[in-house]
Amino acid sequence: MAAMFERINVLIQYKDLLRELVVRDVKLKYRRSFLGYLWSILSPLLIMIVMTIVFSQMFDRGIDNFPVYLLTGSALFEFVNSSTHMAMYSVLDNSALLKKIYVPKYIFTLAKITSSMVDLVFSMGALLLVMLVTRAHFSLYMLLIPVVVIQIYLFACGLGFLLSAANVFFRDVQYIYNAFTTAWMYLTPIFYPIEMLDKMEWVRWIITHLNPMYYYIQHFRDLVLYGRFTEPVIFWGGWLFSFVVLFVGLFVFKKTQDKFILYV
Amino acid sequence: MSEEYIVDVENMTIRFNLASEKVDNLKEYFIKLIKHELMFQEFLALKDVNLKVRVGEAWGLIGINGSGKSTLLKAICGILKPYRGTIRTVGTIAPLIELGAGFDMNMTARENVFLNGTVLGHSRKFMQEHYDEIIGFAELENFQDVPIKNFSSGMQARLGFAIATMVKPDILVVDEILSVGDYQFQQKCYGRMNEMLQGGTTLLYVSHDINSVKDLCDHAIWLDHGVVKMSGPVEEVAAEYMSENR
Repeated sequence: MAAMFERINVLIQYKDLLRELVVRDVKLKYRRSFLGYLWSILSPLLIMIVMTIVFSQMFDRGIDNFPVYLLTGSALFEFVNSSTHMAMYSVLDNSALLKKIYVPKYIFTLAKITSSMVDLVFSMGALLLVMLVTRAHFSLYMLLIPVVVIQIYLFACGLGFLLSAANVFFRDVQYIYNAFTTAWMYLTPIFYPIEMLDKMEWVRWIITHLNPMYYYIQHFRDLVLYGRFTEPVIFWGGWLFSFVVLFVGLFVFKKTQDKFILYV
Repeated sequence: MSEEYIVDVENMTIRFNLASEKVDNLKEYFIKLIKHELMFQEFLALKDVNLKVRVGEAWGLIGINGSGKSTLLKAICGILKPYRGTIRTVGTIAPLIELGAGFDMNMTARENVFLNGTVLGHSRKFMQEHYDEIIGFAELENFQDVPIKNFSSGMQARLGFAIATMVKPDILVVDEILSVGDYQFQQKCYGRMNEMLQGGTTLLYVSHDINSVKDLCDHAIWLDHGVVKMSGPVEEVAAEYMSENR
Protein backbone atom coordinates (compact mmCIF):
# COMPACT_ATOMS: atom_id res chain seq x y z
CA MET A 1 0.00 0.00 0.00
CA ALA A 2 2.82 2.38 0.91
CA ALA A 3 4.53 1.52 -2.38
CA MET A 4 1.39 2.55 -4.24
CA PHE A 5 1.22 5.94 -2.51
CA GLU A 6 4.89 6.37 -3.32
CA ARG A 7 4.12 5.76 -7.02
CA ILE A 8 1.24 8.19 -7.04
CA ASN A 9 3.51 10.79 -5.46
CA VAL A 10 6.07 10.29 -8.21
CA LEU A 11 3.38 10.67 -10.86
CA ILE A 12 2.26 13.92 -9.26
CA GLN A 13 5.85 15.13 -9.18
CA TYR A 14 6.24 14.45 -12.88
CA LYS A 15 2.79 15.56 -14.03
CA ASP A 16 4.27 18.74 -15.49
CA LEU A 17 6.68 16.66 -17.55
CA LEU A 18 3.72 14.69 -18.92
CA ARG A 19 2.09 17.96 -19.80
CA GLU A 20 5.19 19.30 -21.54
CA LEU A 21 5.57 16.12 -23.56
CA VAL A 22 1.95 16.16 -24.70
CA VAL A 23 2.13 19.86 -25.58
CA ARG A 24 5.32 19.18 -27.54
CA ASP A 25 3.72 16.40 -29.57
CA VAL A 26 0.65 18.47 -30.37
CA LYS A 27 2.71 21.54 -31.23
CA LEU A 28 5.24 19.77 -33.42
CA LYS A 29 2.67 17.73 -35.29
CA TYR A 30 1.36 20.64 -37.30
CA ARG A 31 4.28 23.04 -37.10
CA ARG A 32 4.93 24.55 -40.53
CA SER A 33 1.66 23.32 -42.00
CA PHE A 34 -0.62 25.96 -43.42
CA LEU A 35 -3.90 24.78 -41.94
CA GLY A 36 -2.40 23.53 -38.69
CA TYR A 37 -4.79 22.00 -36.19
CA LEU A 38 -7.60 22.17 -38.73
CA TRP A 39 -6.06 19.03 -40.26
CA SER A 40 -7.12 17.06 -37.21
CA ILE A 41 -10.70 17.70 -38.27
CA LEU A 42 -10.18 17.77 -42.03
CA SER A 43 -8.22 14.56 -42.33
CA PRO A 44 -10.88 12.24 -40.84
CA LEU A 45 -13.49 14.10 -42.90
CA LEU A 46 -11.62 13.50 -46.15
CA ILE A 47 -11.12 9.82 -45.37
CA MET A 48 -14.78 9.55 -44.42
CA ILE A 49 -15.86 11.06 -47.77
CA VAL A 50 -13.71 8.65 -49.76
CA MET A 51 -14.85 5.64 -47.76
CA THR A 52 -18.50 6.69 -47.99
CA ILE A 53 -18.28 6.95 -51.78
CA VAL A 54 -16.61 3.54 -52.01
CA PHE A 55 -18.51 1.54 -49.43
CA SER A 56 -21.96 3.06 -49.04
CA GLN A 57 -23.18 1.27 -52.19
CA MET A 58 -21.91 -2.04 -50.89
CA PHE A 59 -23.22 -1.99 -47.36
CA ASP A 60 -26.00 0.53 -47.52
CA ARG A 61 -28.73 -1.90 -46.55
CA GLY A 62 -29.18 -1.94 -42.81
CA ILE A 63 -27.22 1.24 -42.07
CA ASP A 64 -29.27 4.41 -41.64
CA ASN A 65 -26.63 7.06 -41.61
CA PHE A 66 -23.53 5.66 -43.26
CA PRO A 67 -21.23 8.70 -42.80
CA VAL A 68 -21.88 8.81 -39.05
CA TYR A 69 -21.68 5.02 -38.79
CA LEU A 70 -18.31 5.07 -40.49
CA LEU A 71 -16.90 8.02 -38.61
CA THR A 72 -17.84 6.67 -35.16
CA GLY A 73 -16.01 3.46 -35.96
CA SER A 74 -12.98 4.91 -37.68
CA ALA A 75 -12.39 7.67 -35.10
CA LEU A 76 -12.07 5.16 -32.26
CA PHE A 77 -10.06 2.67 -34.28
CA GLU A 78 -7.75 5.34 -35.60
CA PHE A 79 -7.11 6.49 -32.02
CA VAL A 80 -6.13 3.03 -30.82
CA ASN A 81 -4.12 2.35 -33.97
CA SER A 82 -2.05 5.53 -33.99
CA SER A 83 -1.65 5.88 -30.23
CA THR A 84 -0.37 2.34 -29.72
CA HIS A 85 1.92 2.55 -32.74
CA MET A 86 3.47 5.71 -31.34
CA ALA A 87 3.60 4.30 -27.82
CA MET A 88 5.47 1.27 -29.13
CA TYR A 89 8.48 3.47 -29.93
CA SER A 90 8.19 5.66 -26.84
CA VAL A 91 10.85 3.95 -24.74
CA LEU A 92 13.28 3.38 -27.63
CA ASP A 93 13.00 6.94 -28.92
CA ASN A 94 13.94 8.35 -25.54
CA SER A 95 16.81 5.96 -24.94
CA ALA A 96 19.41 8.75 -25.02
CA LEU A 97 17.63 10.45 -22.18
CA LEU A 98 16.96 7.29 -20.18
CA LYS A 99 20.66 6.47 -20.21
CA LYS A 100 21.56 9.78 -18.65
CA ILE A 101 18.98 10.58 -16.06
CA TYR A 102 16.39 8.91 -13.93
CA VAL A 103 12.86 9.56 -15.21
CA PRO A 104 9.88 7.25 -14.67
CA LYS A 105 9.90 5.50 -18.04
CA TYR A 106 6.15 5.06 -18.35
CA ILE A 107 5.76 8.84 -18.59
CA PHE A 108 6.87 8.71 -22.24
CA THR A 109 4.39 5.97 -23.12
CA LEU A 110 1.61 7.75 -21.28
CA ALA A 111 2.45 11.00 -23.10
CA LYS A 112 2.08 9.40 -26.54
CA ILE A 113 -1.31 7.90 -25.72
CA THR A 114 -2.46 11.19 -24.24
CA SER A 115 -1.38 13.28 -27.22
CA SER A 116 -3.29 10.93 -29.53
CA MET A 117 -6.22 11.48 -27.23
CA VAL A 118 -6.09 15.17 -28.13
CA ASP A 119 -6.48 14.12 -31.77
CA LEU A 120 -9.46 11.97 -30.87
CA VAL A 121 -11.15 14.96 -29.28
CA PHE A 122 -10.52 16.95 -32.49
CA SER A 123 -12.01 14.19 -34.61
CA MET A 124 -15.09 14.38 -32.39
CA GLY A 125 -15.40 17.86 -33.90
CA ALA A 126 -15.48 16.27 -37.34
CA LEU A 127 -18.15 13.87 -36.14
CA LEU A 128 -20.24 16.73 -34.82
CA LEU A 129 -19.97 18.50 -38.17
CA VAL A 130 -21.08 15.41 -40.09
CA MET A 131 -23.98 14.89 -37.68
CA LEU A 132 -25.15 18.45 -38.29
CA VAL A 133 -24.86 18.12 -42.07
CA THR A 134 -26.66 14.77 -42.19
CA ARG A 135 -29.29 16.05 -39.72
CA ALA A 136 -28.65 13.21 -37.30
CA HIS A 137 -30.65 13.00 -34.11
CA PHE A 138 -28.94 14.45 -31.04
CA SER A 139 -29.86 12.74 -27.79
CA LEU A 140 -28.98 13.28 -24.15
CA TYR A 141 -27.20 9.93 -24.18
CA MET A 142 -24.34 11.68 -25.93
CA LEU A 143 -23.40 13.11 -22.54
CA LEU A 144 -22.15 9.60 -21.72
CA ILE A 145 -19.48 9.71 -24.43
CA PRO A 146 -16.72 10.35 -21.82
CA VAL A 147 -17.40 6.86 -20.41
CA VAL A 148 -16.39 5.26 -23.73
CA VAL A 149 -13.47 7.63 -24.05
CA ILE A 150 -12.14 6.66 -20.60
CA GLN A 151 -12.58 2.96 -21.36
CA ILE A 152 -10.68 3.19 -24.62
CA TYR A 153 -7.99 5.41 -23.08
CA LEU A 154 -7.26 2.84 -20.36
CA PHE A 155 -7.25 0.10 -22.97
CA ALA A 156 -4.80 1.98 -25.22
CA CYS A 157 -2.55 2.72 -22.22
CA GLY A 158 -2.39 -0.97 -21.32
CA LEU A 159 -1.65 -2.00 -24.89
CA GLY A 160 0.91 0.79 -25.21
CA PHE A 161 2.79 -0.31 -22.08
CA LEU A 162 2.85 -3.88 -23.31
CA LEU A 163 4.10 -2.94 -26.79
CA SER A 164 6.72 -0.42 -25.67
CA ALA A 165 8.23 -2.93 -23.24
CA ALA A 166 8.14 -5.78 -25.76
CA ASN A 167 9.70 -3.61 -28.46
CA VAL A 168 12.73 -2.97 -26.27
CA PHE A 169 13.61 -6.65 -26.18
CA PHE A 170 12.36 -7.79 -29.58
CA ARG A 171 12.33 -5.30 -32.44
CA ASP A 172 10.23 -7.77 -34.44
CA VAL A 173 7.23 -6.55 -32.53
CA GLN A 174 7.04 -3.53 -34.84
CA TYR A 175 6.46 -5.68 -37.93
CA ILE A 176 4.21 -8.18 -36.24
CA TYR A 177 2.06 -5.41 -34.85
CA ASN A 178 1.78 -3.73 -38.25
CA ALA A 179 0.31 -6.88 -39.74
CA PHE A 180 -1.78 -7.43 -36.65
CA THR A 181 -3.46 -4.03 -36.80
CA THR A 182 -4.34 -4.50 -40.46
CA ALA A 183 -6.09 -7.77 -39.67
CA TRP A 184 -7.63 -6.16 -36.61
CA MET A 185 -9.10 -3.35 -38.70
CA TYR A 186 -10.85 -5.75 -41.08
CA LEU A 187 -12.10 -7.79 -38.14
CA THR A 188 -13.76 -4.74 -36.64
CA PRO A 189 -17.13 -3.61 -37.94
CA ILE A 190 -15.98 -0.14 -38.96
CA PHE A 191 -17.42 0.14 -42.46
CA TYR A 192 -19.66 -2.93 -42.54
CA PRO A 193 -22.52 -3.99 -40.28
CA ILE A 194 -21.84 -6.94 -37.98
CA GLU A 195 -24.99 -8.64 -39.33
CA MET A 196 -23.16 -9.13 -42.61
CA LEU A 197 -21.16 -11.87 -40.95
CA ASP A 198 -24.22 -13.96 -40.00
CA LYS A 199 -23.22 -16.57 -42.54
CA MET A 200 -19.72 -16.86 -41.12
CA GLU A 201 -20.68 -17.92 -37.68
CA TRP A 202 -17.18 -18.41 -36.25
CA VAL A 203 -15.78 -15.08 -37.49
CA ARG A 204 -18.69 -13.34 -35.94
CA TRP A 205 -18.16 -15.23 -32.70
CA ILE A 206 -14.52 -14.16 -32.58
CA ILE A 207 -15.37 -10.52 -33.16
CA THR A 208 -18.16 -10.31 -30.63
CA HIS A 209 -16.26 -12.20 -27.94
CA LEU A 210 -12.60 -11.38 -28.37
CA ASN A 211 -12.36 -8.00 -30.11
CA PRO A 212 -12.39 -5.17 -27.58
CA MET A 213 -12.81 -2.61 -30.35
CA TYR A 214 -16.21 -4.15 -31.17
CA TYR A 215 -17.33 -3.35 -27.62
CA TYR A 216 -16.10 0.26 -27.64
CA ILE A 217 -17.42 1.05 -31.10
CA GLN A 218 -20.78 -0.59 -30.41
CA HIS A 219 -21.04 1.36 -27.16
CA PHE A 220 -20.13 4.60 -28.92
CA ARG A 221 -22.63 4.04 -31.74
CA ASP A 222 -25.40 3.23 -29.32
CA LEU A 223 -24.86 6.58 -27.63
CA VAL A 224 -24.29 8.71 -30.73
CA LEU A 225 -26.10 7.06 -33.61
CA TYR A 226 -28.98 5.19 -32.02
CA GLY A 227 -29.53 7.43 -29.00
CA ARG A 228 -29.90 4.71 -26.40
CA PHE A 229 -28.08 3.20 -23.49
CA THR A 230 -25.95 0.29 -24.59
CA GLU A 231 -26.52 -3.33 -23.59
CA PRO A 232 -25.08 -4.41 -20.22
CA VAL A 233 -22.82 -6.97 -21.96
CA ILE A 234 -21.21 -4.28 -24.10
CA PHE A 235 -20.91 -1.86 -21.16
CA TRP A 236 -19.34 -4.24 -18.64
CA GLY A 237 -17.40 -6.17 -21.27
CA GLY A 238 -15.74 -2.91 -22.29
CA TRP A 239 -14.65 -2.18 -18.72
CA LEU A 240 -13.42 -5.73 -18.32
CA PHE A 241 -11.25 -5.51 -21.45
CA SER A 242 -9.90 -2.11 -20.35
CA PHE A 243 -8.83 -3.22 -16.92
CA VAL A 244 -7.48 -6.61 -17.92
CA VAL A 245 -5.33 -5.10 -20.69
CA LEU A 246 -4.26 -2.22 -18.45
CA PHE A 247 -3.14 -4.53 -15.67
CA VAL A 248 -1.35 -6.92 -18.00
CA GLY A 249 0.42 -3.97 -19.63
CA LEU A 250 1.42 -2.40 -16.32
CA PHE A 251 2.56 -5.72 -14.93
CA VAL A 252 4.80 -6.53 -17.90
CA PHE A 253 6.19 -2.99 -17.99
CA LYS A 254 6.96 -2.95 -14.29
CA LYS A 255 8.57 -6.39 -14.37
CA THR A 256 10.89 -5.54 -17.23
CA GLN A 257 11.62 -1.83 -16.89
CA ASP A 258 14.84 -2.21 -14.90
CA LYS A 259 16.33 -4.15 -17.80
CA PHE A 260 15.41 -1.57 -20.46
CA ILE A 261 18.67 0.25 -20.01
CA LEU A 262 20.65 -2.82 -21.08
CA TYR A 263 18.78 -3.18 -24.37
CA VAL A 264 17.92 0.31 -25.62
CA MET B 1 25.72 6.74 11.94
CA SER B 2 24.82 6.17 8.31
CA GLU B 3 22.58 9.24 8.45
CA GLU B 4 25.50 11.57 7.88
CA TYR B 5 26.35 10.09 4.49
CA ILE B 6 24.55 11.69 1.57
CA VAL B 7 25.68 8.98 -0.83
CA ASP B 8 26.26 5.55 0.63
CA VAL B 9 27.28 2.80 -1.77
CA GLU B 10 27.91 -0.49 -0.06
CA ASN B 11 29.48 -3.57 -1.63
CA MET B 12 27.83 -2.78 -4.92
CA THR B 13 28.24 -5.03 -7.92
CA ILE B 14 26.82 -4.19 -11.33
CA ARG B 15 26.43 -7.02 -13.77
CA PHE B 16 25.85 -6.94 -17.50
CA ASN B 17 24.98 -9.91 -19.61
CA LEU B 18 27.14 -9.77 -22.70
CA ALA B 19 25.61 -12.82 -24.34
CA SER B 20 21.99 -11.72 -24.45
CA GLU B 21 22.83 -8.18 -25.28
CA LYS B 22 22.98 -9.02 -28.95
CA VAL B 23 19.69 -10.88 -29.10
CA ASP B 24 17.11 -8.30 -30.00
CA ASN B 25 14.87 -10.23 -32.34
CA LEU B 26 12.64 -13.21 -31.91
CA LYS B 27 14.35 -15.42 -34.50
CA GLU B 28 17.68 -15.32 -32.74
CA TYR B 29 15.98 -15.73 -29.40
CA PHE B 30 14.29 -18.96 -30.44
CA ILE B 31 17.35 -20.32 -32.21
CA LYS B 32 19.44 -19.72 -29.11
CA LEU B 33 16.70 -21.09 -26.90
CA ILE B 34 16.66 -24.33 -28.90
CA LYS B 35 20.41 -24.59 -29.05
CA HIS B 36 20.59 -23.84 -25.31
CA GLU B 37 22.79 -20.88 -26.00
CA LEU B 38 20.77 -18.40 -24.04
CA MET B 39 23.35 -18.63 -21.39
CA PHE B 40 24.85 -15.98 -19.39
CA GLN B 41 28.16 -14.49 -20.28
CA GLU B 42 28.47 -12.29 -17.32
CA PHE B 43 30.48 -9.15 -17.13
CA LEU B 44 30.92 -7.30 -13.89
CA ALA B 45 31.24 -3.62 -14.64
CA LEU B 46 31.72 -2.87 -10.96
CA LYS B 47 32.84 -5.26 -8.26
CA ASP B 48 32.17 -4.69 -4.57
CA VAL B 49 32.45 -0.95 -4.76
CA ASN B 50 32.19 1.06 -1.57
CA LEU B 51 31.78 4.80 -1.60
CA LYS B 52 30.73 6.93 1.31
CA VAL B 53 30.25 10.61 0.71
CA ARG B 54 29.45 13.18 3.38
CA VAL B 55 27.41 16.31 2.80
CA GLY B 56 29.39 19.05 1.13
CA GLU B 57 32.26 16.90 -0.05
CA ALA B 58 33.44 16.97 -3.65
CA TRP B 59 34.52 13.63 -5.06
CA GLY B 60 36.40 13.13 -8.28
CA LEU B 61 36.07 9.82 -10.08
CA ILE B 62 39.21 8.94 -11.97
CA GLY B 63 40.38 5.97 -13.99
CA ILE B 64 41.08 4.98 -17.56
CA ASN B 65 38.34 4.49 -20.17
CA GLY B 66 36.07 1.57 -19.40
CA SER B 67 36.99 1.45 -15.73
CA GLY B 68 33.39 1.92 -14.59
CA LYS B 69 33.27 5.60 -13.68
CA SER B 70 30.15 6.36 -15.67
CA THR B 71 28.54 3.12 -14.57
CA LEU B 72 29.01 4.15 -10.96
CA LEU B 73 27.44 7.54 -11.65
CA LYS B 74 24.50 5.89 -13.41
CA ALA B 75 23.94 3.60 -10.45
CA ILE B 76 23.98 6.56 -8.07
CA CYS B 77 21.47 8.43 -10.26
CA GLY B 78 19.17 5.40 -10.14
CA ILE B 79 19.42 4.56 -13.84
CA LEU B 80 21.10 1.21 -13.27
CA LYS B 81 20.02 -1.15 -10.55
CA PRO B 82 22.75 -2.90 -8.56
CA TYR B 83 23.02 -6.66 -8.91
CA ARG B 84 24.31 -6.98 -5.37
CA GLY B 85 24.79 -4.47 -2.61
CA THR B 86 22.92 -1.28 -1.82
CA ILE B 87 22.91 2.38 -2.75
CA ARG B 88 21.37 5.03 -0.56
CA THR B 89 21.18 8.66 -1.50
CA VAL B 90 19.62 11.54 0.37
CA GLY B 91 18.08 14.56 -1.32
CA THR B 92 17.80 15.71 -4.91
CA ILE B 93 20.26 14.71 -7.61
CA ALA B 94 20.90 16.91 -10.63
CA PRO B 95 22.83 15.17 -13.37
CA LEU B 96 24.52 17.32 -15.96
CA ILE B 97 23.44 15.29 -18.90
CA GLU B 98 25.31 14.97 -22.13
CA LEU B 99 24.77 17.43 -24.91
CA GLY B 100 21.32 17.32 -26.36
CA ALA B 101 20.13 14.28 -24.43
CA GLY B 102 17.32 16.18 -22.82
CA PHE B 103 16.61 18.56 -25.66
CA ASP B 104 14.20 18.33 -28.52
CA MET B 105 16.01 19.84 -31.48
CA ASN B 106 12.82 21.02 -33.18
CA MET B 107 11.70 23.13 -30.28
CA THR B 108 12.82 26.58 -29.32
CA ALA B 109 15.14 27.42 -26.43
CA ARG B 110 12.17 28.65 -24.44
CA GLU B 111 10.22 25.41 -24.90
CA ASN B 112 13.30 23.34 -24.13
CA VAL B 113 13.89 25.09 -20.84
CA PHE B 114 10.49 23.89 -19.67
CA LEU B 115 10.86 20.44 -21.18
CA ASN B 116 14.31 19.86 -19.74
CA GLY B 117 13.38 21.37 -16.39
CA THR B 118 10.41 19.06 -15.99
CA VAL B 119 12.58 16.11 -17.04
CA LEU B 120 14.72 16.98 -14.03
CA GLY B 121 11.60 16.78 -11.90
CA HIS B 122 10.84 20.46 -11.42
CA SER B 123 7.37 21.90 -11.70
CA ARG B 124 6.34 24.24 -14.49
CA LYS B 125 5.73 27.02 -12.03
CA PHE B 126 9.21 26.66 -10.62
CA MET B 127 10.71 26.88 -14.10
CA GLN B 128 8.67 29.97 -14.85
CA GLU B 129 10.11 31.69 -11.80
CA HIS B 130 13.69 30.89 -12.79
CA TYR B 131 13.35 31.30 -16.55
CA ASP B 132 15.05 34.69 -16.82
CA GLU B 133 17.90 33.55 -14.62
CA ILE B 134 18.58 30.54 -16.85
CA ILE B 135 18.52 32.52 -20.09
CA GLY B 136 20.71 35.14 -18.46
CA PHE B 137 23.34 32.67 -17.33
CA ALA B 138 23.38 30.93 -20.72
CA GLU B 139 23.67 34.33 -22.44
CA LEU B 140 20.92 33.46 -24.91
CA GLU B 141 18.67 36.48 -24.48
CA ASN B 142 18.53 37.10 -28.24
CA PHE B 143 17.85 33.49 -29.22
CA GLN B 144 14.97 32.52 -26.95
CA ASP B 145 12.56 31.65 -29.75
CA VAL B 146 15.01 29.99 -32.13
CA PRO B 147 14.77 26.20 -32.55
CA ILE B 148 17.87 24.78 -30.91
CA LYS B 149 18.79 22.69 -33.93
CA ASN B 150 20.16 26.02 -35.21
CA PHE B 151 22.30 26.48 -32.10
CA SER B 152 26.02 25.83 -31.98
CA SER B 153 27.12 23.02 -29.67
CA GLY B 154 28.55 25.60 -27.27
CA MET B 155 25.20 27.36 -27.05
CA GLN B 156 23.44 24.08 -26.34
CA ALA B 157 25.97 23.19 -23.66
CA ARG B 158 25.47 26.57 -22.03
CA LEU B 159 21.74 26.12 -21.94
CA GLY B 160 22.08 22.61 -20.53
CA PHE B 161 24.46 23.73 -17.82
CA ALA B 162 22.30 26.70 -16.91
CA ILE B 163 19.20 24.55 -16.46
CA ALA B 164 20.92 21.84 -14.44
CA THR B 165 22.65 24.21 -12.04
CA MET B 166 19.89 26.74 -11.65
CA VAL B 167 18.52 24.99 -8.62
CA LYS B 168 20.77 24.17 -5.76
CA PRO B 169 20.62 20.38 -5.86
CA ASP B 170 21.85 18.35 -2.91
CA ILE B 171 24.02 16.27 -5.21
CA LEU B 172 25.45 17.50 -8.50
CA VAL B 173 26.67 14.85 -10.90
CA VAL B 174 28.99 16.01 -13.67
CA ASP B 175 30.23 13.59 -16.29
CA GLU B 176 32.86 15.07 -18.55
CA ILE B 177 30.79 17.71 -20.25
CA LEU B 178 32.75 20.86 -19.71
CA SER B 179 35.12 20.14 -22.57
CA VAL B 180 32.65 21.90 -24.88
CA GLY B 181 32.18 25.61 -24.68
CA ASP B 182 34.81 28.29 -24.91
CA TYR B 183 37.35 29.09 -22.23
CA GLN B 184 35.36 31.98 -20.86
CA PHE B 185 32.26 29.86 -20.36
CA GLN B 186 34.26 27.04 -18.82
CA GLN B 187 35.57 29.46 -16.24
CA LYS B 188 32.03 30.61 -15.59
CA CYS B 189 30.95 26.99 -15.08
CA TYR B 190 33.80 26.29 -12.67
CA GLY B 191 32.83 29.45 -10.86
CA ARG B 192 29.24 28.32 -10.55
CA MET B 193 30.32 24.87 -9.37
CA ASN B 194 32.60 26.35 -6.73
CA GLU B 195 29.80 28.61 -5.62
CA MET B 196 27.51 25.62 -5.23
CA LEU B 197 30.14 23.71 -3.30
CA GLN B 198 30.43 26.61 -0.91
CA GLY B 199 26.67 26.52 -0.51
CA GLY B 200 26.83 22.92 0.69
CA THR B 201 26.14 20.98 -2.50
CA THR B 202 27.83 17.62 -2.81
CA LEU B 203 29.68 17.07 -6.08
CA LEU B 204 30.50 13.91 -7.99
CA TYR B 205 32.81 14.76 -10.83
CA VAL B 206 34.20 12.62 -13.64
CA SER B 207 37.02 13.95 -15.74
CA HIS B 208 40.18 12.86 -17.49
CA ASP B 209 41.68 16.21 -16.76
CA ILE B 210 43.38 15.42 -13.48
CA ASN B 211 44.13 19.08 -12.83
CA SER B 212 40.49 20.11 -12.83
CA VAL B 213 39.77 17.22 -10.48
CA LYS B 214 42.47 18.51 -8.14
CA ASP B 215 41.08 22.03 -8.37
CA LEU B 216 37.46 21.18 -7.70
CA CYS B 217 37.49 18.11 -5.50
CA ASP B 218 38.68 17.34 -2.03
CA HIS B 219 38.35 13.56 -2.33
CA ALA B 220 38.86 11.11 -5.15
CA ILE B 221 38.10 7.51 -5.95
CA TRP B 222 40.20 5.62 -8.44
CA LEU B 223 38.52 2.83 -10.37
CA ASP B 224 40.37 0.22 -12.37
CA HIS B 225 38.40 -2.42 -14.30
CA GLY B 226 35.48 -2.13 -11.96
CA VAL B 227 37.46 -2.36 -8.74
CA VAL B 228 38.25 0.46 -6.38
CA LYS B 229 41.99 0.81 -6.48
CA MET B 230 42.21 3.65 -4.04
CA SER B 231 40.02 6.24 -2.42
CA GLY B 232 40.68 9.11 -0.09
CA PRO B 233 41.94 12.69 -0.14
CA VAL B 234 42.40 13.96 -3.67
CA GLU B 235 46.12 14.79 -3.40
CA GLU B 236 47.15 11.27 -2.43
CA VAL B 237 44.95 9.48 -4.95
CA ALA B 238 45.89 11.83 -7.77
CA ALA B 239 49.58 11.47 -7.03
CA GLU B 240 49.35 7.69 -7.02
CA TYR B 241 47.25 7.71 -10.20
CA MET B 242 49.71 9.95 -12.00
CA SER B 243 52.73 7.85 -11.05
CA GLU B 244 50.97 4.68 -12.18
CA ASN B 245 50.01 6.06 -15.56
CA ARG B 246 53.28 7.62 -16.44
